[in-house]
Amino acid sequence: MVEPGTLPVLPTVSGAPALGEAALRDAYQLMVMARATDERCLMLQRQGRIGFYAPLMGQEAAQVGASRALAPEDWVFPAYRELAVALARGVPLKAIFDQLLGNADDAIKGRQMPNHFGFRTVNFVVASSPIGTQITQAVGAAMAAQRRKDPIVTIAFFGDGATSSNDFHAGLNFAGVFQCPSIFFCQNNQWAISMPRKRQTRSATLAEKAAAYGIPGVLVDGNDIHAVYDAVREARARAVAGGGPTMIEAEVYRFGPHSTSDDPKRYQTDQELLAAKERDPIGRLKAELIAAGRWHEDADRKLWEDARALVSRTFEAAEKGKPLDPRSLFDDVFAEMTPRLAEERAGYDARLREGATKS
Amino acid sequence: MTELNLVQAINRTLRDAMRQDPNILLLGEDIGVNGGVFRATEGLFKEFGADRVIDTPLSETGIVGAAIGMALYGLKPVAEIQFLDFIYPAFDQIVSELAKFRYRSGGQYPAHVVIRSPYGGGIKGGLYHSQSTEAYFCHTAGIKVVVPSTPADARGLLFSAIDDEDPVLFLEPKRIYRSLTGEVPDDTHRIPFGRARVVREGSDVTLFAYGAMAPLAAEAAETLSRDGVSAEVIDLRSLVPLDEATCIASVEKTGRAVIVHEAARFCGFGAELAAVLAEKALYSLKAPIVRVTGFDTPFPYALENLYLPNADRIVHAARNAVRAS
Repeated sequence: MVEPGTLPVLPTVSGAPALGEAALRDAYQLMVMARATDERCLMLQRQGRIGFYAPLMGQEAAQVGASRALAPEDWVFPAYRELAVALARGVPLKAIFDQLLGNADDAIKGRQMPNHFGFRTVNFVVASSPIGTQITQAVGAAMAAQRRKDPIVTIAFFGDGATSSNDFHAGLNFAGVFQCPSIFFCQNNQWAISMPRKRQTRSATLAEKAAAYGIPGVLVDGNDIHAVYDAVREARARAVAGGGPTMIEAEVYRFGPHSTSDDPKRYQTDQELLAAKERDPIGRLKAELIAAGRWHEDADRKLWEDARALVSRTFEAAEKGKPLDPRSLFDDVFAEMTPRLAEERAGYDARLREGATKS
Repeated sequence: MTELNLVQAINRTLRDAMRQDPNILLLGEDIGVNGGVFRATEGLFKEFGADRVIDTPLSETGIVGAAIGMALYGLKPVAEIQFLDFIYPAFDQIVSELAKFRYRSGGQYPAHVVIRSPYGGGIKGGLYHSQSTEAYFCHTAGIKVVVPSTPADARGLLFSAIDDEDPVLFLEPKRIYRSLTGEVPDDTHRIPFGRARVVREGSDVTLFAYGAMAPLAAEAAETLSRDGVSAEVIDLRSLVPLDEATCIASVEKTGRAVIVHEAARFCGFGAELAAVLAEKALYSLKAPIVRVTGFDTPFPYALENLYLPNADRIVHAARNAVRAS
């Protein structure tokens, strides 16, 4: 098992071939890694070792397939469920855990809840909690790239719930008007916390909403990594060639709760969940690889064992990380601290020093 | 030096900044072909083209959201919100996103966006073309709030806003866009944020104001001087960051404070300034702090002139403060 941070981000560009054998196996490993991380994080939250977690299980093929169709120079504007995208962009698992813990090594310095990570080094913009706000921002970045004639795309990740948001409408509308190189990647996981997809819109599909903005809308089976990869690859090629934006709806199913603060049994039937799990994207890719003679059960068992061991080992290392410097509370509000903040920090420092002498 | 009014100063400053830095671009409603509803961007579309002076769809969340994305990518967008009264569709983008990007990313993703917006009453604009709701934004950590009151300050502060590495809400007092002219430097002299301007020195009472209220405070000071009351006038210029030192020093000298703003009194910016003076200059005060503000009503149309502070109200408040001790 290779640590995800060391996996190469495939330099896929327009005209690149469909996912080949090695790329598929690599994608499968990443999907397993993401699932193992999810499973572990749900337990860690119950044990009180992390405060919160929002799993992506069920969305692995959508996230890894989309990521593999992107170039490293492309910009990702994620929501807060895009763990597998971050891993696929080359973010080390340790950096994810540092964020979940908010320790001294956390790239965002403990400023946000778990899952709201961001990594400038791989053009993975920091997530926020408000729904859909990243969509207009992704469009702005694409308009900037368009003006600089950079051959890149920006991709906004969001869910079915976000298609009801103001910024979904504003973002797709701007992108249609300005024909900027944007991909709108909607993971329709059928649930926005407890609200089913049919409560968001009367539209038969989400993808068809794109038509109203004059941009192509594509519906794919999000459990089929090939379909996702091909759709994003095509959208990317069109965007980079000046052909404008595309919306892709990847139909998936949220296997887990919305987050660790949620109990899906209140609104979801076991039957529906079991039926969805029949279409597990990981099981599907595994079966495909085995049927093609490219994978076997022994290797799979080993992969899972290694993935779980790596997750445990990496989390334990992150748990040993140093706590944040309490003085960092006042940093990064502004580039330069205002006199008001400096005064607040001075008072806080004095209290910290008193505390330190008392203990 | 050139004699300009405030909106001309803004227009010329945008032009000069854009000539110097190709990363600067403008976006907003009716700002391109039409030159802006107040003509603040007149001529810029012709000079810089549609790629740098972008007429957008009618969506404030789209304007600010897109401006954030542009800034993250490395451009320097200056967004126009046609009236401050119409900024609320973008409130989420400003408060939840723009103001927090640097902090929430641990410094990885600063988002330098300037949002220009005409604000305030006095143009018979009714509820939705008149309000002064700067306090909503001052309350949010991570965004600077700046209000010029003269053409020269508009230029110097706008240059600083465009230079700044943080988001800036640049509020333009539309009532005095054209009513006042002044000498404006032709060079690119910057006026730093957090430095209040002492408009007039005095010893009996300090009148604090900003934006369109600053010339009224100066007028009130003139009237007061005829009565033998020496009023100091301070134009705050930037509300965030606030020049507390100048405010406190003035009150330590005069012992009396009258705070003037158009915005409603309750939780208006004057409440913060009064609190600062109470916390840090209480023992210098000879009279209670007085606020001369808009009323705690929605902004009226026909009775606008009764709602808005004027020089008489300021004079009256200052006289009472002086008589109180």
